[in-house]
Amino acid sequence: MKHLDNNTHTTTQPLLEVSSVSLELSHRLLLENINLKSNRGEILTVIGPNGAGKTTLLRVALGLLQPTSGSVNRQPNLTIGYMPQKLQLDPTFPLTVRRLLTLACNDKQKQILPLLQEVGAAQVIDAEMQHLSGGELQRVMLARALVREPNLLVLDEPVQGVDVHGQVELYQLISRIRDQRGCAVLMVSHDLHLVMAATDRVLCLNRHICCSGTPEAVTNDPAFVELFGAAAVQSLAIYVHDPNHNHGHCKSCAQRDQQNG
Amino acid sequence: MDDFLIKALVGGLGVALVAGPFGSFVVWRRLAYFGDTLAHSALLGVALGFMLQINLTIGIIVICQILAILLFYSQRQRQLASDTMLGIFAHGALSLGLVSLAFMENVRIDLVAYLFGDILAISNSDLGWIFGGGGAALAILLWLWKPLLAITIHEDLARVEGIAVDRINWIFLGLIALIVAVMMKVVGMLLVTALLIIPAATARRFSGSPETMALLASLLGCLAVAGGLLGSFQWDTPTGPTIVVTACLLFTVGLLLPKKS
Repeated sequence: MKHLDNNTHTTTQPLLEVSSVSLELSHRLLLENINLKSNRGEILTVIGPNGAGKTTLLRVALGLLQPTSGSVNRQPNLTIGYMPQKLQLDPTFPLTVRRLLTLACNDKQKQILPLLQEVGAAQVIDAEMQHLSGGELQRVMLARALVREPNLLVLDEPVQGVDVHGQVELYQLISRIRDQRGCAVLMVSHDLHLVMAATDRVLCLNRHICCSGTPEAVTNDPAFVELFGAAAVQSLAIYVHDPNHNHGHCKSCAQRDQQNG
Repeated sequence: MDDFLIKALVGGLGVALVAGPFGSFVVWRRLAYFGDTLAHSALLGVALGFMLQINLTIGIIVICQILAILLFYSQRQRQLASDTMLGIFAHGALSLGLVSLAFMENVRIDLVAYLFGDILAISNSDLGWIFGGGGAALAILLWLWKPLLAITIHEDLARVEGIAVDRINWIFLGLIALIVAVMMKVVGMLLVTALLIIPAATARRFSGSPETMALLASLLGCLAVAGGLLGSFQWDTPTGPTIVVTACLLFTVGLLLPKKS
């Protein structure tokens, strides 16, 4: 709980708030006492190793799973644009990108070409879904999530199946969407490196919240180092903004934090 | 043309029309084995019909509905893979049907007619079931078309967007159980799934949208029924299997034709 409330949007109510949520499924504790706030105009990324409960947490936040205890509060005017982790369309299902998007909106007059242009996928508008490349698919699903003009985007592993160069571009795209639309973004990633440059706040999950805060604060947190290993954290330095970043200094900081509790 | 041939043709075409859209969904949602399992329980329905002295078609429908409910719940357990579970139900129901019919000493049924269909013996009441029951099922399917497509794309996504996924899935499985029971008369319990999936699979290569595929599947089904009736009349072969052979021929021809670009 160390770095939880250091965001700059405390004046407005959070769009979505998860309070003290625990979830137990078949005698296994999957989530323990999770608190999470999604604020307007802010990108919050949940990171953690495989099996940490990241997707489970998203499903609770989306209302797809009922928590065993705790509560999830959504603002009444909340519109969620959800991008699921996997789309398993059967090859026999004839669905073009255009149809996918028109099916998603209730408004028949809605123009879908501008949406595809916004995510840089206008060229595939008449392509079949099964023929898209990994990067194209993620962009189209992002456009699909934007169809209903959401004020909260929930993205489950938005860069999976995309090469490194494409991942950087996708994270930049997500930031740009946030800038232009002012919506909140809640996303999940198991990748440490690229996401750190693209998020305002990080929540580090391993069934419980290990640490949370700005990317800089989290990467210096001993709980983070413990979870991902020193080697992985060292290699992160390349991606963090601060040019004067110093690992020796960092480590002593971490130790000091630990001593101070 | 003889009266029984006209009835057979009308009944067969009715069944093929209904089978097109339903078969498309069965293919898209990978429910082929599910439909097959329902069909295997038909003899149990016949036994129930004799036991309660009710219309045999109603007996079959009741058993198919019960089995659909059981299957729905059995798929929530994780101990056995769903195809294993379906196999147990399919063969269990078939054998239980045969055994319970054997216990009824004064009941003699034409087993082959139930296994492979007896389209030439279609009665007016059968036609009533096909056009009344099948027509109603088709009307409900069209009414639920958009939400069903959304669920076929991604269940959780549909749920997040406010679609009553569980309720619609229930209705859909109930409808499948109903049309399987109705179609049984034409191609028999062992071949029902064939008339659902083969025309739909044939239509796939030439369809750019779900609607085209459903419509084309209906037309191809009608063609298979007409061709099968003609062939069985010409060469004195069993009608149900001849219809399925015709459907398979159409599928093969379809593979040889150039694909829709």
